[in-house]
Amino acid sequence: MPVIKADLDLCQGYANCVMEAPKFFDISDDGVVVVLQEEFAEENRAKVEAAVRSCPVSALRIEE
Amino acid sequence: MGSRTVVVGASVGGTKTVQALRSQGYAGELLVVEAEPHLPYDKPPLSKGYLTGTLGRDRLNLVSDAEIKDLAVGVKLGVRAKSLDVAANELALEDGERIAFDNLIVASGVRARPSPWQAKDGVHLLRTLDDAEMLKKNLQNSRSVVVVGGGFIGAEVAAAARHFGLDVSIVDPLEVPIGRVLGDPVGKLFTRLHHLNDVATHFGNGVEAITGTKGNLTVELTDGKLLSCDLVVVGIGAVPNTEWLASSGLLIENGLVCDEYCRADGQANIFGVGDVARWYHPRQRELVRVEHWTNAVEQAACVAHNITNPKDLTRYAPVPYVWSDQYDWKIQIAGETARASDYVVVEDPSNENRFAAVYADHSGLFCGVATVNWPRAMIQCRRLLDSENAISIPLNLLNDLLPGRPG
Repeated sequence: MPVIKADLDLCQGYANCVMEAPKFFDISDDGVVVVLQEEFAEENRAKVEAAVRSCPVSALRIEE
Repeated sequence: MGSRTVVVGASVGGTKTVQALRSQGYAGELLVVEAEPHLPYDKPPLSKGYLTGTLGRDRLNLVSDAEIKDLAVGVKLGVRAKSLDVAANELALEDGERIAFDNLIVASGVRARPSPWQAKDGVHLLRTLDDAEMLKKNLQNSRSVVVVGGGFIGAEVAAAARHFGLDVSIVDPLEVPIGRVLGDPVGKLFTRLHHLNDVATHFGNGVEAITGTKGNLTVELTDGKLLSCDLVVVGIGAVPNTEWLASSGLLIENGLVCDEYCRADGQANIFGVGDVARWYHPRQRELVRVEHWTNAVEQAACVAHNITNPKDLTRYAPVPYVWSDQYDWKIQIAGETARASDYVVVEDPSNENRFAAVYADHSGLFCGVATVNWPRAMIQCRRLLDSENAISIPLNLLNDLLPGRPG
């Protein structure tokens, strides 16, 4: 299954990913992304891709 | 299926539309035309980390070469769109080429509003990568700068100039420039932030003239005060790039006028995306044009959906969201703070550099939020903004986030 990877050093807590796919992303008290589920099924691909695209600092990617 | 979508503009709106189209299964031909000579790059850092040097050039790329190949998108750089023939579905470029399309994406963006004051040299605008390169070089070789315009770009440039140790003054005709967005009481906190960082503010004061030359400029204010400096940066807003559409017959009024599906007025196959698009916002019930990065991304996704699902069109009703970095403040704003009639500030007693301002509209409903150095507070509140909530709901969430509280 494809896997979500987050670069916690790049993340600035803009949280656009949470708006796009709240099942997969949250923001911690420290203001950085928390990946709630790393693996995702194909049916969720468009949602996860939208979340990845919405990151202003390109801190998210999908590993196939 | 022989369909061709042409995108005018390869900044964030155009690029994200291409990505979203492929993500949503668009199999037709894709072609992007961009006036600038650079591969797609990101603009928000140009007045922030890229200007101070904390963010390298490689971090500006919106797509890699490999991704352009994967997207199977043709890219024409350094060529301007010249005109559009709506009846013939044909775009003309300044190099003479004519391109037929099935769908056209208008993502030609905005440009910095030109300075109405001209000195011999030393007066800078900031919009493009080339602008940023030139400004950065000059900031490093200057002792003093006057920033004209106290909005977000102006404030970010002032912060970057302080980073390089320059003497900085900032001028704006409004008494409280950020008050336009956040109301005067909260806006004053941003004025105070300039003062804490040794920036002189001349607010409630316009510019009469700029004279001299780089290294020896004089800015004359409307109250007669004279400011001497090496460099001037003018950040007084932006103008939509719609000249190429002037003869198309499309409705142009402060941007390309679009319906709630982001289709150019009266057209089924021409869409506006990003800073250039002024669309009918179904919740706000008026035409709006938004110059925010996140808006371009969300609008791109909506347009991609509407192109790939012509029988299941989605109306575009986003919650506005924008961020700004000023000195040691990371500022995030969501919703319609400018239209609020009341607000409450929630401070974190454990961190004096952290607070949230929560806004209510005339009926007491939560309508917007601004946070400083508090991303978790922002996302908790922002998620509430696409439905109707009493202001007590975000306030309770914020109180739960404060130290010593349960949750």
